[in-house]
Amino acid sequence: MRIRDHPILEFKRGKKVHFYFNGKKLYGYEGESISASIVANGIHVLSRSLRYKNPRGFFCGIGKCSSCLMNVNGIPNVRTCITPLKEGMEVRTQEGYADLPSVSFRGRKKKKIETDVLVIGAGPAGLTSAIEAAKQGVKVLLVDENPRIGGQLVKQTHKFFGSKGEFAGKRGIEIAEILGRKAQEDENIDVLLQTSAFGYYENGKDDFHLFGLVKRVNGEEEVYKVECKSAIFACGAMENMLVFPGNDLPGVYGAGGVQTLMNVYGILPGKKVLMVGSGNVGLIVSYQLLQAGAEVVCIIEAMPRIGGYHVHAAKVRRCGVPILTSHTIVEAKGKERVESAVIGRIDENWNVVKGSEREIECDTICLAVGLSPSVKLIAQTGAEVRFIPEAGGYVALHNKFMETTKRGIFVAGDASGVEEASIAIVEGKIAGFSAAKFSLGERVEERDIEKYLKRLNELRAGPFGERGRKAKEKIFAMMERRQWDIRKAV
Amino acid sequence: MGYKESGVISINDLKLPNEEQLKKGVAIVECLENIPCNPCVEACPFGAITMRDLNDTPKVNYDKCTGCKRCIAICPGLAIFVVKLEGEDALISLPYEFLPVPKKGDVVIALDREGKVRGNAKVEEVRKVGKTHIITIRTKKEDAMVVRNIRVVK
Repeated sequence: MRIRDHPILEFKRGKKVHFYFNGKKLYGYEGESISASIVANGIHVLSRSLRYKNPRGFFCGIGKCSSCLMNVNGIPNVRTCITPLKEGMEVRTQEGYADLPSVSFRGRKKKKIETDVLVIGAGPAGLTSAIEAAKQGVKVLLVDENPRIGGQLVKQTHKFFGSKGEFAGKRGIEIAEILGRKAQEDENIDVLLQTSAFGYYENGKDDFHLFGLVKRVNGEEEVYKVECKSAIFACGAMENMLVFPGNDLPGVYGAGGVQTLMNVYGILPGKKVLMVGSGNVGLIVSYQLLQAGAEVVCIIEAMPRIGGYHVHAAKVRRCGVPILTSHTIVEAKGKERVESAVIGRIDENWNVVKGSEREIECDTICLAVGLSPSVKLIAQTGAEVRFIPEAGGYVALHNKFMETTKRGIFVAGDASGVEEASIAIVEGKIAGFSAAKFSLGERVEERDIEKYLKRLNELRAGPFGERGRKAKEKIFAMMERRQWDIRKAV
Repeated sequence: MGYKESGVISINDLKLPNEEQLKKGVAIVECLENIPCNPCVEACPFGAITMRDLNDTPKVNYDKCTGCKRCIAICPGLAIFVVKLEGEDALISLPYEFLPVPKKGDVVIALDREGKVRGNAKVEEVRKVGKTHIITIRTKKEDAMVVRNIRVVK
């Protein structure tokens, strides 16, 4: 269902084009993702599970889960949520494992790129990293998997908290535009979109890092060998899943997936939504669903208190949306897509109270139950990764300068511990500055980044910043101990 | 049950202006938690909103506040309202980010902090700041601290 009028957004849709989905002719708009077009056509089953052939639908919308993998123009396992639709595309769902394509990879375009700083991810942390590094006079290569610059900012229609330095009062979409333009206009920064960093390789040289990148445009792929003096991982996080029967039914979405569909492409995932989780993401996405014209049946929260800011809760409450604390989802029901959900009250031992279960009619269940940092590639570089619950999962250990245990490898934003975008903006500046200085062979002292460290302390000072504060304390402490151990060993 | 459980504040949670101040029209800031945010302080041309630090809650000096409404649309939490008493009526200015946008003179449904209907209200003024509209409605005096949202029926 396409959104026509929206109070905040104007959807500039591209040319109307046709494509084929399992042989059936459908229409969509150029520029929107393939799977978004399919959902807009009222089709919710995008794939089937390998063993039980259970239907799977749109979930994350940012190329992180695997429920929208399809065969596009003969190429299997295409992440259709980050692949833009083109006229005449042949799109097919895959039955079981995908077949190897009958195309040759020999003779494909290959290119070597040399740069000072490679920044992976063009969200708030990656953009400020790149801009700050470029300011120091070094060459920066900024890459992102998505077709648009800005990371998750491109779907944040709400105004940001914080202070002037972090664009407080401005909407995320505006911040994406401001920072995106700045990066693209900077002559020290080269931007590559629709480009994935897929591997870290042995280089044979001590002062260079070697990464493999692939750029996909119009079904053509170009492989890049990137040699850089330092790299910043600003690759964000991915949505958490919740365990309950029916959690893989089409219609069970990650909150970020709902935002992508609704705020980037102007497509409503459903009419009646159950929101699971009352953190800021759950509250904000509920409000955005109301703005887009959907009904939010209720918001449930397992904890006895609302997780997010009261001001966000107040916005949805005054629209009549109930928030049920100490409640959980028991089951999602439906055949080929969500038709209802069973929720229940939970006691202090997290057990569902017998007799408290009730069935709620809804066609969409939106999960806003936190994020986990993306660490797979950074772990491959040899940077030490540890499980820090307060950071949202596994993260690369790092110091105040955002440098990991691997020299020249830096991290920033949600990839270094899940927190607010305002924090990602400041951390990005630190990582960008440190990485640039590293590639110039210059030392960075604490006083150089003092203003940013002070800012981070301010942003984390309140009760809502406590979790992030604890995460960083642990990470820095582990890092220091590790370095002390090394010195001792030496 | 407090606002942390219900999402709804009680007026006892607020430091309210007196009758005289309300007649002039003042900003009611419904922001009770220590969150790192301060655009309202910077937006106020009269220095009427103050905070000790970034995580403090904003305090309104109701004598300095003129009810100019500049803070309403800048607040990322949409938590600021301007309330003015006029005889037996209350004029409430609130942020509105939905469609359809009402016009001056329209009758809309007034809602309380839980979204419950409190009766009809007449739209007195519509301002647009960026994509946020500031709608001023006329309602009953006793609803001055109760009505916080509107529903526009087409």
